[in-house]
Amino acid sequence: MFGVIGSRILQAIPVLLVVGIIAFALFAYVGDPLASMLGQDYTEAQRAALIKQLGLDQPFFVQYGHFLWLALHGNFGNSYRLAQPVSSLIAERLPATLELAITASVLALVIGVPMGVYTGIHRNTPLSRLFMMLSLVGVSLPTFLLGILLILLFSVWLGWLPSFGRGPVVHLGGWWTTGFTSWTGLKSLILPSITLGLFQMTLIMRLVRAEMLEVLRTDYIKFARARGLTSRSIHFGHALKNTLVPVITIIGLQFGGIVGFSLVTETVFQWPGLGLLLVQSVAVADVPVMSAYLMLIALVFLLINLIVDLLYHAVDPRLRIGR
Amino acid sequence: MLARAWNSDIAYSFRTSPVALISAGIALILILAAVLAPLIAPHDPMDVASLSLMDSFKPPIFLPDADWSNPLGTDNQGRDVLSAIMYGMRISLLVGFLSVLLAIVVGIAFGLLAGYAGGVVDTLLMRIADVQLTFPSILTALLVDGVISAALPRTMREALQIYVIIFAIGIALWPNFARTVRGSTLVERNKDYVMAARVIGVPSWRIMLSHVLPNVIGPVMVIGTLGLGLAIIAEATLSFLGVGLPSTEPSLGTLIRFGNDFLFSGQWWVSVFPGITLILMVLAINLLGDWLRDALNPRLR
Repeated sequence: MFGVIGSRILQAIPVLLVVGIIAFALFAYVGDPLASMLGQDYTEAQRAALIKQLGLDQPFFVQYGHFLWLALHGNFGNSYRLAQPVSSLIAERLPATLELAITASVLALVIGVPMGVYTGIHRNTPLSRLFMMLSLVGVSLPTFLLGILLILLFSVWLGWLPSFGRGPVVHLGGWWTTGFTSWTGLKSLILPSITLGLFQMTLIMRLVRAEMLEVLRTDYIKFARARGLTSRSIHFGHALKNTLVPVITIIGLQFGGIVGFSLVTETVFQWPGLGLLLVQSVAVADVPVMSAYLMLIALVFLLINLIVDLLYHAVDPRLRIGR
Repeated sequence: MLARAWNSDIAYSFRTSPVALISAGIALILILAAVLAPLIAPHDPMDVASLSLMDSFKPPIFLPDADWSNPLGTDNQGRDVLSAIMYGMRISLLVGFLSVLLAIVVGIAFGLLAGYAGGVVDTLLMRIADVQLTFPSILTALLVDGVISAALPRTMREALQIYVIIFAIGIALWPNFARTVRGSTLVERNKDYVMAARVIGVPSWRIMLSHVLPNVIGPVMVIGTLGLGLAIIAEATLSFLGVGLPSTEPSLGTLIRFGNDFLFSGQWWVSVFPGITLILMVLAINLLGDWLRDALNPRLR
């Protein structure tokens, strides 16, 4: 177990270094930080002093090392657009994105898995057909359009749910903010999390269905049936358990997808998270925010991969022996 | 030649599949409407002089107070929604086709190279593709777009924006093609005809391009069709986010973004009709892609 974690972390380091180089190259060569920091009026001496102060006269790898060192301490410089430290901007927005992404994933899982099991067991019932049709729509509908249509239906026409923002938030332990504590906060979460989770839900449903169909054909299920086990025990205790490895992989990979698509959802619903920050930063070429976001996302993806690997070991006993 | 094409397996499968026929019909109508827009559109949405604020926010034909001169209503400036959609589709389709073409060219080149050369080249190229595939393509496209825009001088941004978008989406999609081409190339590489070609001294690039390539192109067509749907969605999403094409030439995504502002004041048609058009277009393309995949898969025949 610890060997797996160790080797994974060792593998992660080069990836992070490469992403770091890209992020740093962005930082250093795209746009002109001097122009934005000096403003209109400056003397050549001021310019030279700033170059020296920022270390821009150093060789590339010295600068890169410096950048990494600062990044390790959570210092990504200041946003050109907002003139605030990027790290505090990100810390401020991270809770909103994580709450949305986790709610959407849980929603996708809690609805998608039972739907997949149902359509896998009862292949040709009308309800299964309906689920399959819905999933086709879910795959073809662009995320932002789904968000707009949901807003039109539930906010504009029915007036049931709020269409933008997080509602009131409560501060927890210094920097974490949560919208879970109030009724308005929970209501604000409904439409964005459906928008974000629907694609994942259809994906999970189709995957569980396909895996269930595959597993239900195998011999050990036939034997279990012949021994007179209940359908419930066969379907959930034996069949579903064996579909979990691919499902965990996809959910892990798709959590990355959720983080990516959250930028679309956050823009539609004006959700004050990281995605909205990135979109606003890209629109005005705010390079420090872009490079910090890139590093952060790479870190998140590596963490997810690590967790997925550990879950394999928890779910599949065959992997635990002989390693 | 024509008779042979008509009687081929794939043409037969096409003629007998209702889903393929209907989606091809929808796709054809949409493409024709887009290509012929300057000739058949009822109004010219780019012609600012012809717009009149008196005509603003006319509802679509099935609501009261509408008339046939604007069957799908008008927007806040009195622009005809139907004409705007037809012109918008031109841009959406153009960007979609060109970016998929770029992804195919890059993907085929790297895929062939990785599969045929093997070794370090293979490992390096495929590792890049793997890393990129874990990122959602919309994020890649957004970052590439952001970086290039930041690197370009401010005055040139607007003029070059369409190429930047095509490049960004093409780069975001190439790994799908490269992986498929590499997989098929690995199989083809060890077949006798490649050996024979090598023995008689055909240069490697020639073997790759004129011997291996024709045999691996089938799956590329399938992924290309499905990729076209993805590319159109990606362009619409970027334009919706406001980092896509300049608003002087609105694509479907830009039209939806404009219309989004009027959702709460009751003029839903300004964004919903471009949205429906986008869904129809993507759905038709995806269904065609699914059909093509089944038709080209010999195991399913």
